[in-house]
Amino acid sequence: MAFLGVHPLAGAAGTPGTGLLAADEAPNPWFDPSYVTGNWDTIVGYLGQHIRLTVAAVALGALIALPLALLARRGRWLSGSVLGLSSVVYTIPSLAMFAFLAPFTGPLSATTVLVGLTLYTLVILVRNFLAGLQGVPADVREAARGMGYGPARLFLRVDLPLALPTFMAGLRIATVSTVALVTVGVITGNGGLGQLIVGGFNSNFYRAEIVTGAVGCVLLALVADVLLAGLERLLTPWTRAVRT
Amino acid sequence: MDEGGPDVTAFGDALRYLNDPFNWTRSGGILDLLLEHLAISAAAVLLAAVLAIPGGVLLGRSTRGAGAIVVLSNVSRAVPTLALLTVFAVTPIGFSDTATVLALAVFAFPPMLTNTFVGFREVDRDVREAARAMGMSHGQLLARVEFPLALPLVMTGVRTAGVQVVATATLAALVGGGGLGRIINLGFGQQDLGQILAGALIVAALALLTELVLVTLSWAVTPGPRRLPFARVHRGTAAGQPEPAAAGIPL
Repeated sequence: MAFLGVHPLAGAAGTPGTGLLAADEAPNPWFDPSYVTGNWDTIVGYLGQHIRLTVAAVALGALIALPLALLARRGRWLSGSVLGLSSVVYTIPSLAMFAFLAPFTGPLSATTVLVGLTLYTLVILVRNFLAGLQGVPADVREAARGMGYGPARLFLRVDLPLALPTFMAGLRIATVSTVALVTVGVITGNGGLGQLIVGGFNSNFYRAEIVTGAVGCVLLALVADVLLAGLERLLTPWTRAVRT
Repeated sequence: MDEGGPDVTAFGDALRYLNDPFNWTRSGGILDLLLEHLAISAAAVLLAAVLAIPGGVLLGRSTRGAGAIVVLSNVSRAVPTLALLTVFAVTPIGFSDTATVLALAVFAFPPMLTNTFVGFREVDRDVREAARAMGMSHGQLLARVEFPLALPLVMTGVRTAGVQVVATATLAALVGGGGLGRIINLGFGQQDLGQILAGALIVAALALLTELVLVTLSWAVTPGPRRLPFARVHRGTAAGQPEPAAAGIPL
């Protein structure tokens, strides 16, 4: 059987001899296993890009968000301005964000997508990191300081373990929404699985390709969420007894 | 390209694009796209609100549904808006404003449902009991006690959904839909940095303006002692709780 994934309208599968079919007559299934097997390399390539962009954006966002949250904790005015600024960034639609960055990082470069995604993860993570740090009881910190803990040890031994559940919740939200947002990167040609979604749309509304991309995104998000949830369980063994 | 580099040129081009009255008033120009954008967004939010707010009220007053709502709000975060817009566009509905409205309504649904649910769930049990002891009927209890108390969160849901829909409506342009996203999409298609930037400015301004208008609106309709808008500091909710989705998902 001829493989029809790339040119879905070049003829209907299994009906040789009928020649070219009109767009409405050609079968256009919602899901086609032969599309997935036949285009495996392409799909895996885009999946790889999707994962790379997500991991890089979340990691960079976390690296920048942690010092910002630590700084913002120092005062009401600072935390207010960090949160205010972050909600402004958050309100900017992703397409506009990539468009803003395009003149600086290039309209066809993956950097544009990465920087935009990092800004969004940064905003989510700063809020959650700050909430986690503010949730650490002040008397616990004072007791640790009274016991002679320096700033570094105070952070590593007191703040971090106590704020870890909130930190992880933030990382999970950031990761899942970043996986969904990578698709918008398609505007620069670097949209990971979003390339399949829009590619299928442009190949005469080829549903199998669109659905493969969409389902791939959702599955990737769920897998990432489950992995992070597992990591959280591993890192915070003491919360397990409390959890119901 | 002048010494200012590509950025400066792009900004100049963007200003020139925005400063040309013809770009605004011609048919299919910025004003037309803006109207279309707002009409699509309003229809989507209304459609979702008609379903989500009564649903949230029902679930919030009953004792069940918390688990389902947590799952819904988590899963909705994982579904890319672009995917849903595309899928709706390739159904027999075809790519039209109807498909866009339906896809956006699906996304406006979870924040409104979650917030309405949390709002009604968190009405103080004692207050409810006192109202009943005063002889209030079921309807009076709902209209005069529970609804006013839940209103701030209901409005948070409407605001979140509204801003999200206005922002997401730009993505419709990637799959043949209308709205302001077309300017950006066309700009990328032509590699015209000025137009890209002009579109970004318009879309971002519209999103921020929507947020502003909706915050003011919810401030105006909320009864009781009024906290000034923009002075709220969000506190994170505990993990596992249905977060009131004040921040929602990025758009």
